[in-house]
Amino acid sequence: MNLFELFRKKSTAPVARDRLQVLLAHERSVIGKSDLLATLQEEILAVIARHITIDRDAVQIKLDRGASFSTLEIDVEVPLDATKLVRSPNKAKSGVAAPA
Amino acid sequence: MGKVLVVTSGKGGVGKTTSTAALGAALARGGENVVVIDFDVGLRNLDLVMGAERRVVFDLINVVQGDAKLAQALIRDKRIDTLSLLPASQTRDKDALTVEGVDKVIAELREKFDWVICDSPAGIERGALLAMRNADLAVVVTNPEVSSVRDSDRIIGMLDARTLRAEKGEKIDKHLLVTRYDAGRAARNEMLKVEDVLEILSIPLLGIIPESEEVLKASNIGSPVTLNNPTSAPARAYFDAARRLKGETVDVVIPLERTGLIGRLFGRRVA
Repeated sequence: MNLFELFRKKSTAPVARDRLQVLLAHERSVIGKSDLLATLQEEILAVIARHITIDRDAVQIKLDRGASFSTLEIDVEVPLDATKLVRSPNKAKSGVAAPA
Repeated sequence: MGKVLVVTSGKGGVGKTTSTAALGAALARGGENVVVIDFDVGLRNLDLVMGAERRVVFDLINVVQGDAKLAQALIRDKRIDTLSLLPASQTRDKDALTVEGVDKVIAELREKFDWVICDSPAGIERGALLAMRNADLAVVVTNPEVSSVRDSDRIIGMLDARTLRAEKGEKIDKHLLVTRYDAGRAARNEMLKVEDVLEILSIPLLGIIPESEEVLKASNIGSPVTLNNPTSAPARAYFDAARRLKGETVDVVIPLERTGLIGRLFGRRVA
């Protein structure tokens, strides 16, 4: 330890503030996202279930957060006998772009 | 109709129980009718901090399960007759609390008191959720320290999503109470400043409670710090916070301890 270090004030609080800001920005997005996705999954499932009988696992939702916009991907697996409107392929896929 | 206030934090040991007792006593001293409820089933401590541990006969779980009437379980404070305590059970399991039972007890207390103050257990599980469920407003107790701030952020998120008000699409008023604050260390950049905590958590400030030996002295005796030494620095900070809860506008100052000559000469540092 040199003389300079001996007299320099240790500023640890700004480090704490910066670490918290980075960490919480990440945690808020992750926790917020999982809540949003769970809600979307439930509501989309409810809407589809009104018209066709599908399995709970048949609706997959993914949210990809981008810099300028996020992509919400809804993947619904419709069984062959569920409706005559959908013949083949038996997988309906839709991508919706939403502003971030 | 009284207001339901939850004192919460996520992290343990930051001063929820101390703050519940101090704010409850400060409000009661101002003439308000106050009940403080301990939600920490299995680890009750509010009775001890309030000095009523030998007067507990029935508790919150007895009332929730219908084994006792509310009036039998409420303990009236011996110093202020507008202050009551509803203790938690020390022997029962926290699963003995039911959502319906808690809702019913809170609704009944709302009729009788101006303020129903719920002392939340630490954590983000069932007990903490039950304590915040009926709240109209929340006091988030935070130490100027990284783990406490992180946990408070989590609890703020839960207040916005998991309370009855949030579920009905209504707002819940959240207030930040910074406890164990050392202005000297903050000035020397050794401790997060109140402004830093406010910027990170972005909820309005209710008060700053300075680190003080008066808090331990008061709990040793079993008296809220606002009753034990009303002119001490933490007590004055709690009285100001209580006035802000009532809607008064009070400037936020960090009360300083009145130290003697020796104290002033050598300064007092908390390790």
